[in-house]
Amino acid sequence: MSAVSVNLPSRPRVPADLPDRGFRWLATGAALLVLVALVAAAGSMLSGGRAAFEKFGFGFFTSRAWDPVAHDFGALIPIYGTLVTALIAILIAIPVSFGIAMFLTEIAPRWLRGPIGAAVELLAAIPSIIYGMWGLFVLVPALATHVYPWMDAHMGAWPLVGVLFSGPPLGLGMLTAGLVLAIMIVPFIASVMREVFHTVPGRLKESAYALGSTRWEVVWDVVLPYTRSAVVGGIFLGLGRALGETMAVTFVLGNSHDMTASLLMPGNSIAATIANEFTEADSPIYRSSLIALGFVLFLVTFVVLAAARLMLRRLSRQEGNR
Amino acid sequence: MNAWHIGMRGAKSAIAQLLATLATAFGLFWLGWILWTTLHNGLASINLALFTQMTPPPGETGGLLNAFVGSAIMSGLGVVIGAPVGVLAGTYLAEYGRGAWLGEVIRFVNDILLSAPSIVLGLFVYTLVVARVGHFSALAGALSLALIVLPVVVRTTDEMLRLVPTQMREAALSLGVPQWKVTTQVLYRASLPGIVTGILLALARISGETAPLLFTALNNQYWTTDLSAPMANVPVVIFQYAMSPYDSWHSLAWAGAFFLTLFVLLVGLAARALVSRHRMTHD
Repeated sequence: MSAVSVNLPSRPRVPADLPDRGFRWLATGAALLVLVALVAAAGSMLSGGRAAFEKFGFGFFTSRAWDPVAHDFGALIPIYGTLVTALIAILIAIPVSFGIAMFLTEIAPRWLRGPIGAAVELLAAIPSIIYGMWGLFVLVPALATHVYPWMDAHMGAWPLVGVLFSGPPLGLGMLTAGLVLAIMIVPFIASVMREVFHTVPGRLKESAYALGSTRWEVVWDVVLPYTRSAVVGGIFLGLGRALGETMAVTFVLGNSHDMTASLLMPGNSIAATIANEFTEADSPIYRSSLIALGFVLFLVTFVVLAAARLMLRRLSRQEGNR
Repeated sequence: MNAWHIGMRGAKSAIAQLLATLATAFGLFWLGWILWTTLHNGLASINLALFTQMTPPPGETGGLLNAFVGSAIMSGLGVVIGAPVGVLAGTYLAEYGRGAWLGEVIRFVNDILLSAPSIVLGLFVYTLVVARVGHFSALAGALSLALIVLPVVVRTTDEMLRLVPTQMREAALSLGVPQWKVTTQVLYRASLPGIVTGILLALARISGETAPLLFTALNNQYWTTDLSAPMANVPVVIFQYAMSPYDSWHSLAWAGAFFLTLFVLLVGLAARALVSRHRMTHD
């Protein structure tokens, strides 16, 4: 059709560029849909959780209550559990991911880098429910019989931090959830770190080696300062994932609405609370409280992920200006 | 600089390298353990009934036929809804929105959506669809999966289109071809393997997603292909059966976990193979 109008230039041109404009609108509309999806997600959860926010006010964030019978709900324990498990995960995952990235970019022989990199990415592809199942049936019994009794006996008496590691060796709990989360986020952080380490210009590293630097000094004093903001961005990306992860945590956290100092005791997180209780929520205020929890999770992860993206972007801009 | 100092630096570097190697071994150790557990328990639970019988009531034996079919239907629908929108949005970012503030904002938002917790997307579809309609449905499940497909496809389409050399666009445009034809017939063709890879990656990701289906498709013990009714699916069945006290249910959960992992890894490998072939032909 357009071929005909090209052959006859005297015809009005409007129909000829109609498909062009139509396609442009279609693409723009689809792109706007991405924006709409995020805004609508926030809006719908805010309106879904309004009843809970109105009833409990700011006390929703400071209350330890979670009583479906008395219709009294507070978010403190799930928020605490989410933060603690994510913190444990990130503390384990940072050094491990850094080690893997360093191994894959500086240490491993070239023929080994591809396969090991692929294996680490394989770890990222495994669905989280598999982690959860493995955690529940394999890791929990293993920790309960071999590791936690030892921790309770030897570390439980340490000053200040001892209380974190004392308690009955149930296997389920904050520390287990943190460990499973760490295993889950290591491949994400490691692959970001590996990629940004690759962006360091070869001549920078070569000059450092030529001046007599050791491998460790090259990584610590040249590669890391050059990529710092992106490395932190990668860590935040992993943190965002750890905060919002649901299935892996739900299996091994123990679903208990008690607050204890011990990391060996069962707890709860925002995502696990929603996953466990949403389909059983029998009153509007119960359901609204769970959606309000979801809104809080959404806000927290949004801030963390936005920070991550801004920091990752800083490196690519720095590269562009080079 | 004395010999002792140099020796210390060398030792420090050697220790760091040893630790980095150990960290890699640590990461691979968990991968091996998880895969071995899934393989071991999965293979022990495989039998023909998995593919011929429905999910059983508590404590009884049965299969996963309805769950496999339900997962296939909802994941397929999720891709069918999410992928075209994603490709179009990625096209906007790469072809029309370059340098424009709207393009920048949408790319930023898409990156956030890419790693947003899936449980939040499930809650969103719950309040949007399930709460209004009044019951759980396979369609709502597919919609929540489509929301996960969307950002993955947007990202890969955007990246792949931007890899296409500008000369190709200019050559086509200078021949008088309208831009939409340049995009659909030149650029899409050049970046097809990359776009398909993105769709495969999205499929691999949603086939294991559990959290968003919990509040949308829920589960169904029986056979159904009715999109407006709750539908069985492998991840939620695994969740429900693994948390139960029955051994026969545990065994089914392991079988489901085995096939889920196998599927995800195979699709991931296919995507990887497609990309490497693409790269080779372009180099």
